[in-house]
Amino acid sequence: MKRLALICALMLAPLAGLAQEDDETPPESIVVGLSQESVAITANFNGSEILVFGAVRRDGPVEGEDPLEVIISIEGPPRPATVRRMDRNYGIWMNVESVEIDAAPTFYAVATTAPFNEVITSTEDLRHRISIPRAIRAVGTGSDRPADFTQAVIRIRSDAGLYQVLENTVTLRGETLFNTSIALPANLVEGDYRARIFLTRGREVVSSYTAAIEVRKVGLERLIYTLAHERPLVYGLLSLVIAIAAGWSASAVFRYIRSN
Amino acid sequence: MLIYLPIAEVSVNAFLLLGLGGLVGILSGMFGVGGGFLMTPLLFFIGIPPAVAVATEANQIVASSFSGVLAHFKRKTVDLKMGGVLLVGGLIGAALGVQLFNALRAIGQVDLLVKLSYVVFLGIIGALMFVESLNAIAKSRKASGPPPRRHHRGWIHALPFKTRFRTSGLYLSVIPPLLVGVAVGVLAAIMGVGGGFIMVPAMIYILGMPTKVVVGTSLFQIIFVTAFSTLLHATTNFTVDMVLAVLLLVGGVVGAQVGARIGVYLKAEQLRILLAIMVLAVCGKLAFDLLVQPAELFSIGMEGSH
Repeated sequence: MKRLALICALMLAPLAGLAQEDDETPPESIVVGLSQESVAITANFNGSEILVFGAVRRDGPVEGEDPLEVIISIEGPPRPATVRRMDRNYGIWMNVESVEIDAAPTFYAVATTAPFNEVITSTEDLRHRISIPRAIRAVGTGSDRPADFTQAVIRIRSDAGLYQVLENTVTLRGETLFNTSIALPANLVEGDYRARIFLTRGREVVSSYTAAIEVRKVGLERLIYTLAHERPLVYGLLSLVIAIAAGWSASAVFRYIRSN
Repeated sequence: MLIYLPIAEVSVNAFLLLGLGGLVGILSGMFGVGGGFLMTPLLFFIGIPPAVAVATEANQIVASSFSGVLAHFKRKTVDLKMGGVLLVGGLIGAALGVQLFNALRAIGQVDLLVKLSYVVFLGIIGALMFVESLNAIAKSRKASGPPPRRHHRGWIHALPFKTRFRTSGLYLSVIPPLLVGVAVGVLAAIMGVGGGFIMVPAMIYILGMPTKVVVGTSLFQIIFVTAFSTLLHATTNFTVDMVLAVLLLVGGVVGAQVGARIGVYLKAEQLRILLAIMVLAVCGKLAFDLLVQPAELFSIGMEGSH
């Protein structure tokens, strides 16, 4: 009888702990700083590096023996995408099949203090959408093998430096101070980026924090992009005027050189 | 120096673009062609999205053609009436071409269409030029016989709506130039080229125009057709990148003048055989890419975001 009571207590203990976490503020919370909260894409933009640093604030005693782990992710604005597959038709390689993906982040980097599988369970990953395959939402229909297309997105964007898995790159000191740096590539899409920080113990998320990073084209880049999309006719005519002026002045300059 | 292109949304080395513009400019100055058929594939190779490359190249051709046509106006080697007829055809063709381009873009076959067009047209033109210039070299070595007379094509003269083209010295139906114009307009919109490399042979061999007015008239017509397709691309696809166009045309107009000087030192047959080899090389590279299994079978399109 005693033994049964003990088993019951052991089984209920984590549940009680979990309920407590959901109801009240967790014993550990995150204080975060970013090296920059906005990224300006200028004409000579050549990528950027974001430093994420912070500290763990403890308001109560920590349960359990599991060490603290930190996961930091930076996510670009999600956009729909069309993924196409090539195959050989009539001896030529051409697009034969396409799948519409509802939303895939244009940029995604995830940095951790240890190998990914050691810091979080797959259930928790599914719930918070932390790993790259989880961050790509809802693959649409159009193929018998949608998984191939999702993998292709990850492969292509990883090769382009747009998706990054950075295991063991978050430095954690004394279970309190953490920092990492994440490189944003030059071929960045503008929009609202989001940095998320998760604390885990025993592969369960104990606390999380979200910060916004604004990525915007500025100056001439902004002007040209806005003009092209909001006043396309004016933009088109302006492009022609520039082209004709350049053509005319080149001819005039070289005529002047020749006449001297 | 890397520069971020606002429409293409990629970072490219500005000097690479200036250099490409210059290189293609030199070639176009040497051979008297617009160079669009070389520049657009080169832009594909350095990673500019095909839709942006095609639209922007059309804009750049406006600049180089305008620069070229001014010289021809001075020499009075532009047949405005013929140019006008070709232009009407060209505008119809460009409108059709952009429609076709957008329809194929929606079903994901635009890259294939652009590349196939390149392979077919570069292959035909390159091969014809190669054979023709080899013959010319062989002939000039043997003896300087009388030039072969061009025989008149009966069916062209049987067509209605005949009119007189004074500068070209032709009495011809408007239908053949109109059709040539439409064909070149479609190509200009799809391939991002002026179409000079198709137009010039068509004017000489199909319409029978005298060679001295061919280049000026073709340039005159190309300005308007490429300007029109630039506008269509800018308003329907938002794919004209002004920064890219400026970098290319600065290199291009300087290169064209340098190329014209180099051209003086080479014989016409040598020039043509070099151009033919170059055209065939570009064609071969594109054909190779279509026939050999690519390393990555999947591609991501972002059409949904625009």
